[in-house]
Amino acid sequence: MTIVHTIQGSRILVAIHGDLDLPTAAPLREALDELLDRYRDKGLVLDLSEVNFIDSSGLGVILGRYKRMTGRPLSLIGVRPNVRAVLELAGITAIIPVADAIRQTAKDQHA
Amino acid sequence: MNNKVKMQFLSIPENVGLARVAIAALAGQAPFSLSEIDEIKVAVSEAVSNAIIHGYQARSDGWIEMTATLDGQGLSVVIEDFGVGIADIEQARQPSFSSDPERMGLGFVFMESFMHGLRVESTVGKGTRIEMQRFARIQGALSRDVQ
Repeated sequence: MTIVHTIQGSRILVAIHGDLDLPTAAPLREALDELLDRYRDKGLVLDLSEVNFIDSSGLGVILGRYKRMTGRPLSLIGVRPNVRAVLELAGITAIIPVADAIRQTAKDQHA
Repeated sequence: MNNKVKMQFLSIPENVGLARVAIAALAGQAPFSLSEIDEIKVAVSEAVSNAIIHGYQARSDGWIEMTATLDGQGLSVVIEDFGVGIADIEQARQPSFSSDPERMGLGFVFMESFMHGLRVESTVGKGTRIEMQRFARIQGALSRDVQ
């Protein structure tokens, strides 16, 4: 898993590349907490367009950051259908704004 | 297509991905859709993660055995650890039951939701055995006529 962050105005945009599961949960948690501590006045946007897999270990990192951010905005973008299915089953889509990977889906369909 | 795979691997986090990729490759030999295979991968990932985190309590020297059988019905996966076991299986299967505040206690929920059958056997001090099935769907002219 690799992550790339950019600061865009009032938000930290973090693009994640790789699977979000047990081996990647701890390094992702540490990286996100470091960014949240460094930019204490900014919200967080996680770009999941290069995330092909997520399970409850990955969800735990996202939900843990949501709880930790207390009022700072958190959203997910570029969410693939299989990742969305897991987010919906966990009830995350009811509390965190989620935008689908529209461009990725269109690209897949034309491939 | 009939096939059977047996694997034994150490209880290290990196083997969660190895297990689900192996099962995905096996499931690809049956008429499962890509989204069905994605769901099977989540269930396997949860079972192996549970074995590492709870069964072996993050010890890296435990063995996990995975047996997967493919037949005309679909896929059956057995994942077994020889760790501490589960004292109260019914409680462990409840959503949001987790000893770790960052984990959501959703492992069994995902296994139940994404598979068509889940059986859990456990003995304290001896280990836990999880058996899951996913039936392959055969879609054809009849289902289209019904619609």
